[in-house]
Amino acid sequence: MEALKQELKEKIIAVLNLEDVQPSDISNTDALFGDGLGLDSIDALELIVLLDKDYGIKLTDPKEGKNIFQSIDTMAAYVEANRTK
Amino acid sequence: MEDTLYIKSYASIENGKISVDGKTVFESSVANVSDFLKESVRHFGIQYPKFFKMDNLSKLAFLGSELVLKDNPNPETALLFANSSSSLDTDVTYQESIADKGNYFPSPAVFVYTLPNICLGEISIRHQLKTENSFFIFGAFNPDFFIGYAENLIETGKAANVLCGWTELFKDDYKAFVYLVSSEGKKAHTKQNIESLYTN
Repeated sequence: MEALKQELKEKIIAVLNLEDVQPSDISNTDALFGDGLGLDSIDALELIVLLDKDYGIKLTDPKEGKNIFQSIDTMAAYVEANRTK
Repeated sequence: MEDTLYIKSYASIENGKISVDGKTVFESSVANVSDFLKESVRHFGIQYPKFFKMDNLSKLAFLGSELVLKDNPNPETALLFANSSSSLDTDVTYQESIADKGNYFPSPAVFVYTLPNICLGEISIRHQLKTENSFFIFGAFNPDFFIGYAENLIETGKAANVLCGWTELFKDDYKAFVYLVSSEGKKAHTKQNIESLYTN
């Protein structure tokens, strides 16, 4: 699970062009949106594409993202439980 | 009316060189436009993480406007921009990303920049502008149009200042010329002056 969390941090930084942010800057419990990494609604859509493209997870209801993308911990747990690739 | 308006400040970004009010303020030998724009924004100490998420056209327009507006803040500043390639640079990137139907993952973050006027939204957010903004496509820089439109915005009370910008970009070819039309300044808002600043 720790490897997956590290992988997610690296992918998020790359996909969302988080310049000057290192994986070590993101704690597993940091809020990804709002006061945390400060991501926005377009970033949320990009994360949904990331789940589909890299892990074969299709979110049919974007509202699900609110819980899934709370933190690296919640995202990793969801990916681990639902990934098809 | 023409005599009462001025070009208060202006900036040019072209061929790895950035100048403000006629003075060179940054030069770089970096050929890649994306790297050049990143290098430039770091050089000027602009702290704005969202810059790195923008497409290159928005980065170019953002940087040009930043250089002019940093010393001329005014919430009543309208935006009047144009270019000849529209958002083609990002359109091509987006099209390439969806060309393979077997690997079809359209990027929302790229898609949002497939309109040229998005750069005006970025500038407005940065400077908290809730003013008129328009982006036009012309075959070439068109000072007559800029003059008429900008003066109309000011004369009709829709804006106190107008930030005009020609922001052309496709691949690694780019040119930005951004200038602020205001009732204050020393350089008259005339076609001759605009053309002279654009070409120099």
